[in-house]
Amino acid sequence: MDVLFTRYLGTFADGLWVTVQFTVVGFVGAMILGVVLATFRISPVPYLRGIGLLYVEIFRNVPLVSLLILVVYGLPEIGITIDYLPSVMMAMVLVGAAFACEVFRTGINAIPAGQVEAGRAIGLGFFGVLREIVFPQATRSMVQPIVTLFIGILLSSSLAGVVGVMDLTAQVSYINNREALGLVTFLVAAVIYASIALGAGALGARLEVRFRVLR
Amino acid sequence: MSANTVLFDAVGPKARRRVAVLTIVSILVSLVLAGLAYAQFYRSGQLAPSKWAEFHQPSTWQYLLRAFGNTALATVGAGAIALPFGLVLAVGRLSGVRWLRWPCTAVVEVLRAVPLLLIIYIFVSGLPPYGINPDVFWKLVIPIGLCSGATIAEVFRAGILALPAGQTEAALAVGLTRSQAFRLVVFPQAVRIVFPALIAQVVILLKDTTLGYVVSYGELQQSSKVLVASTGHLVQTYLLITVIYIGMNVVISNIAGAIDRRMSRRRAGTGAASTPTGAPLPGQDATERQLSTLA
Repeated sequence: MDVLFTRYLGTFADGLWVTVQFTVVGFVGAMILGVVLATFRISPVPYLRGIGLLYVEIFRNVPLVSLLILVVYGLPEIGITIDYLPSVMMAMVLVGAAFACEVFRTGINAIPAGQVEAGRAIGLGFFGVLREIVFPQATRSMVQPIVTLFIGILLSSSLAGVVGVMDLTAQVSYINNREALGLVTFLVAAVIYASIALGAGALGARLEVRFRVLR
Repeated sequence: MSANTVLFDAVGPKARRRVAVLTIVSILVSLVLAGLAYAQFYRSGQLAPSKWAEFHQPSTWQYLLRAFGNTALATVGAGAIALPFGLVLAVGRLSGVRWLRWPCTAVVEVLRAVPLLLIIYIFVSGLPPYGINPDVFWKLVIPIGLCSGATIAEVFRAGILALPAGQTEAALAVGLTRSQAFRLVVFPQAVRIVFPALIAQVVILLKDTTLGYVVSYGELQQSSKVLVASTGHLVQTYLLITVIYIGMNVVISNIAGAIDRRMSRRRAGTGAASTPTGAPLPGQDATERQLSTLA
């Protein structure tokens, strides 16, 4: 037990740092690409709507493990060499964006049509309506789904270990294989994951209260 | 798709030109991208027919079919654990008895906040020293069942809470006991509400079984690794397997979506079982349920 904190504290920290990087980059990237895709999916251009739908159907339904293997091991085979960490981040962003897109689209669709019509009636264009009317209202109903998305990205970052990237989960497994500490190592990691996830959940609940509009 | 068209007017002549220009530009961009991808594949020699040779042999497909059987078995097995486990947790979490409600809440919250892979590792290397060392199938299926059970518990709970309280009150008023009211009145209605969300959960289960790759259980993902080890055709094999997974999941998602739309139409028709606050029912957007597990 002691050995866990004396010899392996650095290993733990390394793993946690990788997990944090994956989560932050994965989340921010997914949000940005998700906004673009959501704009595609609600745009007046039928071709772009089709592209958005195709993207979401593919990346919402692909198992992240399969995609990670394909990106990390497959890309070098066709002559594209990217480092391990960016490869994993890329796969996470690709999948996360499909879910983010659906969060945004659901939030936008929840806005009553009258709001949009009123915006158009006073002369706002497509982007004007989005920026001035839809987006401020949609963000309020999207807080909880976005927090869920964040937790999903945090938990799915553990799959990086499948392709040999040493994130927190992989480090814990490594430590345990060397030291046979039983459940202790796993419990410490579980507590770390759970505190980040539950912390994000609590933060989301507070934000939701602050953003709530009483109608 | 037509539901979104409220964001823009029926396009006039000027806007129609703009849409046409945008369409042409984006078609060109996607053609260029597709061309670049093709060139990359071609230059690296991955499109050579010899690299795809094994997929013309029936034995490869027999092997993959057996692997698919294992994938299906793991999915069903995990579902068979997740469904009753989730139901018990949901009922426990809604129970009026505190010492039942608190542990169930804790289990649900923790299982939803810990990565599945970590729980799989616990079964692979954490528990064997304590004498718990089940077959590799169970090391994969039990963790999936536990994690998915926590999600299903939340689905059930939302479904039960979505029912108007009057249903329970009426059942109690006609003399049913609490458990009878739940079994005969609340539960059958809640199941109908959450049914599409449960079907959508199958997609998550199917995705989760790819972790057989980690525990060396011979499902599709793990079997493709074995195939790659013997043929060396990495890109071809993994690409094909990934496409198969996407195909299966698209089919299941669309079935869930179709059931969902049909049931919401029926709900809208009768006006029954809608939440008083107008909040979306758990089954209303099957995609929302999937969010909890991206994997």
